Amino acid sequence: MRVTEKIIEGLLWLSALITILVTIGIIWVLLSESIGFFKEVSIVEFLTEKEWTPLFANKKFGIMPLVAGTLLTTLIAIAVALPIGLTIAIYLNEYAHARMKQIVKPMLEVLATIPTVVYGFFALTVVTPFLQQFIPGLAGFNALSAGIVMGIMIIPMISSLSEDAISSVPRSLREAAYGMGSTRLQTSFGVMVPAASSGIIVSVILAISRAVGETMIVAVAAGQQPRLTMNPLVPIETITTYIVQVSMGDVPQGSLEYKTIFAAGITLFVFTFALNNLSFWIKKKYQEKYD
Amino acid sequence: MSKKHNKLEAKNLNAYYGDFHALKNINIAMEEKNVTAFIGPSGCGKSTFLRTLNRMNDYIEGFRVEGDILLDGRDIYAKDVRVDELRKEVGMVFQKPNPFPKSIYENVVYGLKIQGIKKKSVLEEAAEQSLRQAALWEEVKDKLDKSALALSGGQQQRLCIARALAISPSVLLMDEPASALDPISTAKIEELIYELKNDYTIVIVTHNMQQAGRVSDYTAFFYMGELVEYNKTKSMFTSPKNERTQNYITGRFG
Ligand SMILES: Nc1ncnc2c1ncn2[C@@H]1O[C@H](COP(=O)(O)OP(=O)(O)OP(=O)(O)O)[C@@H](O)[C@H]1O
Ligand SMILES: [Mg+2]
Repeated sequence: MRVTEKIIEGLLWLSALITILVTIGIIWVLLSESIGFFKEVSIVEFLTEKEWTPLFANKKFGIMPLVAGTLLTTLIAIAVALPIGLTIAIYLNEYAHARMKQIVKPMLEVLATIPTVVYGFFALTVVTPFLQQFIPGLAGFNALSAGIVMGIMIIPMISSLSEDAISSVPRSLREAAYGMGSTRLQTSFGVMVPAASSGIIVSVILAISRAVGETMIVAVAAGQQPRLTMNPLVPIETITTYIVQVSMGDVPQGSLEYKTIFAAGITLFVFTFALNNLSFWIKKKYQEKYD
Repeated sequence: MSKKHNKLEAKNLNAYYGDFHALKNINIAMEEKNVTAFIGPSGCGKSTFLRTLNRMNDYIEGFRVEGDILLDGRDIYAKDVRVDELRKEVGMVFQKPNPFPKSIYENVVYGLKIQGIKKKSVLEEAAEQSLRQAALWEEVKDKLDKSALALSGGQQQRLCIARALAISPSVLLMDEPASALDPISTAKIEELIYELKNDYTIVIVTHNMQQAGRVSDYTAFFYMGELVEYNKTKSMFTSPKNERTQNYITGRFG
């Protein structure tokens, strides 16, 4: 008994250790390779140059066009996912019967299990042609379709986590609202959503983090043209798309072009790391409030 | 004395949680501007009955009622009754203080705001008046914009009462409003109930016999889902008709 317990404890400890080591390894590779990059390209140029053309003869190393592409698609995705996801969360929590909730919630979560490359082709071959009927200027590759489809993909993330947050608001608050003559709608928007706001914000931050890191949808449907723009109708490129593009090409290992992957990678890492920490911090504050 | 009209009446009321028969054929009439106390051992159905009076149990799956509950002679379970309107008429104060995680001021004016009242002067006046009625004004008048959660339990409960009064209901239901409070806060709530019965019909659930004796005009004793005895509090406490009532009041069980 004692021995098996010790072995299990050891295995658990080992897997924790491996996870930590892998994480440290990734950060180490990212850092060391991008330090090589920043020896040749100054950080100031990296942040202020308005073009990103490392694969052309006239090389420019401004990350901003990729950041803009990433932010644009993310923004569109959240603009789609937040209202729909929150509406679903409120519907499930306030209006749906328990049985309905048991059916709808897992069904929504199926959305999250569809491979992202499928979403990408859906955006490219269905959503874009459809939108082109209304928006004549819409290019074949564009941020709009990719963003919308990415939004659909992250709806379950927002609806599920927000629903959890709303459910964890004490029942007594809901009763207080009803007791004052609130309708269901007034109870939801006036009391439940505000009381669950930190949990809802966390769900949105995690969704943003997911959208920022999403690769296949934007690589397939948004184009591969780094462009410093907030115009959703033209082809753009996101950080992730660039990384895929270069990794699949035949740039020689150790070259400056090769090192741009890591410079782009560390930029992405900074974003998602900051977002995850923000959500962690909000979660912690929120727990203190209700215990 | 008996000129007062019946504010609330239950006629042949039965209530069920699924298969469980929680209230058995309750018949009772409560006069306006009186305090009625519900007493009885734990699980006998006091809260269930109280919550049928403003249809608070509507959201519990499997809960249903048979029979009638009349407010000023109108059946509150009739199809054309809107529960939100009903609850503006029949306010409720819960066992555990449950202020919204908002400022003191926002708590008091919540009920008015959801009715679409926006005028600041109206809201501010109503807030002050309700807080005064709930004997809380002096304690909070300088910190109306502070969080209601920062108040003491007793203050929070009086805030919940003020919040309920702000929408001027005619009935106030209170489910053990003082059971989570210290003796001083409890005394304040009792004083308050005494004041409020000039304007409101009050129904209060309590486990505290002295409290029932102090604050109520009428007392209803429930046992296992049945209304065993209902009478003027004085008569009930001095000469209970039913043996069970007597045993309960004298503390022999419960
Ligand atoms: N949501 C519910 N689902 C099923 N049964 C319930 C529910 N709420 C209460 N009951 C049952 O109904 C009966 C009456 O409960 P109720 O809460 O009205 O009692 P009470 O007299 O208020 O007791 P207490 O003094 O402990 O508050 C109890 O047997 C209880 O188990
Ligand atoms: Mg009770």
